[in-house]
Amino acid sequence: MYASIKSFASSFFVTGDPLIYGADVSIGLTSIAILFVLFYFKKWGWLWREWLTTVDHKKIGMMYLIASLLMLFRGGVDALLMRAQLAMPNVHFLQAEHYNEVFTTHGTIMILFMAMPMMFGLFNMVVPLQIGARDVAYPYLNAVSFWLFFFGAMLFNISFVIGGSPDAGWLSYPPLSEMSGSPGVGQNFYIWGIQISGIGSLATGINFIVTILKMRAPGMKLMKMPMFTWSVFSSSIIIIFAFPILTVTLALLFIDRFLGGHLFTMDGGGNPMMYVNLIWMWGHPEVYIVVLPAFGIFSEIVATFSRKRIFGYKSMVFALMSISILSFFTWVHHFFTMGAGADVNVFFAIATMAIGIPTGAKVFNWLFTMFRGRIRLEQPMLWTLAFIPCFVVGGATGVMLAVAPADYQYHNSYFLIAHFHQVLIGGVVFGYLAGIYYWWPKLFGFKLNDRLGKWAFWLWNIGFYVCFMPQYALGFMGMTRRVYTYGWDMGWGPLNLVSTIGAFLMGIGFVFQVWQILYSVKYGERDTTGDPWDGRTLEWSIPSPPPMYNFAVVPHAGERDSFWEEKERRNFAPAPPVPVAQLESIHMPKNSGVPFVFSACWFVAGFGFVFGWLWMAILGMVGVGVTLLIRSFQYDTDYYVPVEEVRETEVAAGRAV
Amino acid sequence: MKRSSKLRGLMLLITGLVSTVLLSGCDGKFVVFDPQGPVAETQYRLIILSAILCAIVVIPVLAITVFIVIRYRDKPGNTAPYKPHWDDSKVLEVLWWGIPVIIIGILGAYTARDTYGLAKKPPVTDVKPIKIQVTSLDWKWLFQYPDQNIATVNYVHIPAGVQVDFELTSDAPMNSFWIPQLGGQEYTMPGMAMSLWLQADRPGEYYGTGANFSGKDFAHMRFNVVAESQEDFNKWVQTVKGSNNELTKAGYETLSKPGQSEEQTFSSYPSDLFDSVVIKNGGHHMDMDMDMDTEKDSDKADSNSDSDNTSKSDNNSTHDMQGMDEMSDTDMSNTNSSEMNHNHQ
Repeated sequence: MYASIKSFASSFFVTGDPLIYGADVSIGLTSIAILFVLFYFKKWGWLWREWLTTVDHKKIGMMYLIASLLMLFRGGVDALLMRAQLAMPNVHFLQAEHYNEVFTTHGTIMILFMAMPMMFGLFNMVVPLQIGARDVAYPYLNAVSFWLFFFGAMLFNISFVIGGSPDAGWLSYPPLSEMSGSPGVGQNFYIWGIQISGIGSLATGINFIVTILKMRAPGMKLMKMPMFTWSVFSSSIIIIFAFPILTVTLALLFIDRFLGGHLFTMDGGGNPMMYVNLIWMWGHPEVYIVVLPAFGIFSEIVATFSRKRIFGYKSMVFALMSISILSFFTWVHHFFTMGAGADVNVFFAIATMAIGIPTGAKVFNWLFTMFRGRIRLEQPMLWTLAFIPCFVVGGATGVMLAVAPADYQYHNSYFLIAHFHQVLIGGVVFGYLAGIYYWWPKLFGFKLNDRLGKWAFWLWNIGFYVCFMPQYALGFMGMTRRVYTYGWDMGWGPLNLVSTIGAFLMGIGFVFQVWQILYSVKYGERDTTGDPWDGRTLEWSIPSPPPMYNFAVVPHAGERDSFWEEKERRNFAPAPPVPVAQLESIHMPKNSGVPFVFSACWFVAGFGFVFGWLWMAILGMVGVGVTLLIRSFQYDTDYYVPVEEVRETEVAAGRAV
Repeated sequence: MKRSSKLRGLMLLITGLVSTVLLSGCDGKFVVFDPQGPVAETQYRLIILSAILCAIVVIPVLAITVFIVIRYRDKPGNTAPYKPHWDDSKVLEVLWWGIPVIIIGILGAYTARDTYGLAKKPPVTDVKPIKIQVTSLDWKWLFQYPDQNIATVNYVHIPAGVQVDFELTSDAPMNSFWIPQLGGQEYTMPGMAMSLWLQADRPGEYYGTGANFSGKDFAHMRFNVVAESQEDFNKWVQTVKGSNNELTKAGYETLSKPGQSEEQTFSSYPSDLFDSVVIKNGGHHMDMDMDMDTEKDSDKADSNSDSDNTSKSDNNSTHDMQGMDEMSDTDMSNTNSSEMNHNHQ
């Protein structure tokens, strides 16, 4: 009995690595601390009512943001572990297997569990406010999306201490990811963690398309929408076409692993090249899914902090939409070297370069928004200004990579690594950070401290170039990605050391940001006006943080930057308060605990599938079915905020008399 | 004053770091910038061309960015014009949509030219190309010389100045075969035989590596490429042949087990080894005779040579496949070989 428990535990839990034991202890202690606080302060009811059951887009946005920052920490630690291992030749800090797990989880987490939720957090926090809506089109579905993401991410992350992490690379090419190459459960964690959160991502895409098409304030025609809303729209369109491909691909891989299919192995009539094509048919559009909203953020910030209209609005919209279409015609550039033939390679090479055209036009439009403006170097603008040169260089190396014959030399080398980190950090991370600094006061009611923010900014920026510029050179020196160690013979040592220093500078930058947030919660400059940056769009017309129903009176938005135009018309005098008689009761969705339970059931089912415990998988799926049925028979899902409550809130905010 | 001193400190730091990077870079060898054969040479020229074309856009953009941020800072007494309502200019739009179109057009044309150029093998001259069959294993490289009937592990000798026709497959997860100084890489995939031609113009030793992650000891999948004169190469072949160290089927089974390997040399190997490995993994071998045919009519349209080869490979594979019972596999061989026949780039 004892022996069988012992042998189960030794395969169930990850053992044998002091780093993992350390993590076990810290995870245990943190969990105990959280439970203690919740019990001691009797916060369970509060947690359930205010957060776990909420359908309020602002709270869901905040939860996305917090979760993504935690994931940024995890992915960042992975990155630092890798850089520590590669700092010098022949380091034995990590074993080969451990290193392979670390780069796999780094990539998966950074894209799917950091960038995606941070992006969804910004969607949620901003879009309804920006288009004058009181919530998203499907608030309940929105909660479902968040909890599916959350439980999917948790399922992926526990592989770290239970069962073992995936180690076949972040896109898990077969045959390495098949049972023959990866017999452990890590690969199952990969499949189910992504599957569960992927359903949530697809639902969010649908939700925001409908929200943007149907929930805009009266007068806001499509061509009057703020640029960020446009970028969310184009990104959501890519989501609804790309994510089903991911779901199907991973389902097929699961069939191979779980039922012994041969869909992606040559023996038995399958083909691994099919997997590589399918995964990149999702994978490449995915890159544009995350970068387009960043473009939208920069457009808002550049206009606001130059006190000038966005330059070339129509051309910006056209660029966004054409990128969202072109993004589906470039996937083969990830494997030119598979030998698909000259015709195919030429087509995809030129399609890839063509994306540079609208992207380049957007950069010029941002520059000419600043031209003849008045540039204020507040934190959001600093990140935007750091983005432009970084992204321009990253884009240029992207065009170089698109040259198919030359790609035979760059492929899988550190040149490629440097390129995609430059566009993903310089574009996506800088963009989202700029967005967080920009909209933080709106959601939380205070600004983030400037001094600490500048430290973080410079550490991130200097750290970035120190880390990744040497990697371009390493690529030309023949260093390939995913090597856990290297010898003295190729002379890769010095540049790797420099690169590691840069990575740690960025890590310190992140620490400064955490400190900045904690410090500002207590000491940050409070925003009493609702319009701390002298903004241009509707979200700045309401108090910070906004009341639960966002807009007491649905605004009219007949022009671009309608809030700015209105401010100009009244000569920047404060807006006159609304007479209380004009306020009415407000129709809002009710909270629901079902999304949380539904997603938790998915987690149980996923865990069962990971270990091949059918009883558990069936139990979880039954739970999923039951929660779906419960929801189908719920008719009491909405209510009216009484007019007295609306009046009280608005009078207290000084916005009604 | 405080700000400018801070700024100077920063500039100093950046300059220091940049020079560190540049100086330390000199220790290593930029193998991609050191082409030693016609394929690498073409790719190198494309790299330089694309870098220049990109620089034509990037450098002015960076300069304009710096200029705009300095000139239009919001500070008291800034006399630069401020036009908050100016938000459109047809001329400028045409300019910055047009310039990238031209640059991409130029780069695209060169890309297409060289992609098609490298896809064709050079015309046959009096120097006959040498065939080498490459198998990526967990975690080592096996090289077979079908004409010489010798094999090596983790190193390969080639005659300089002679075109080398590599045939690539894998008996392990997918990998990628890369010798930067001779030319770009190509995937090795189980059940498929891909072709890649390279050439070393001069004798020398070149660095070769696996480039696509294939599991635990992937980092150790390095191999040395020794290019030498035809005479030296022939001498080396004779020495190997005389060494009396055969690679048997059983020996191959041991060799293909996961693990690292030293350099090894075999005086002979079972002549159907490469084909049987390809077939074992579910694929079909594309006979090298067929490649010769392709060369002869390499000027014909792709589809022509495809159909030639398809019919040929059909014969070959049915021949190869005696003892296999599934017709569907035969069908698959047609599609595969026509795909693979585009060989590379």
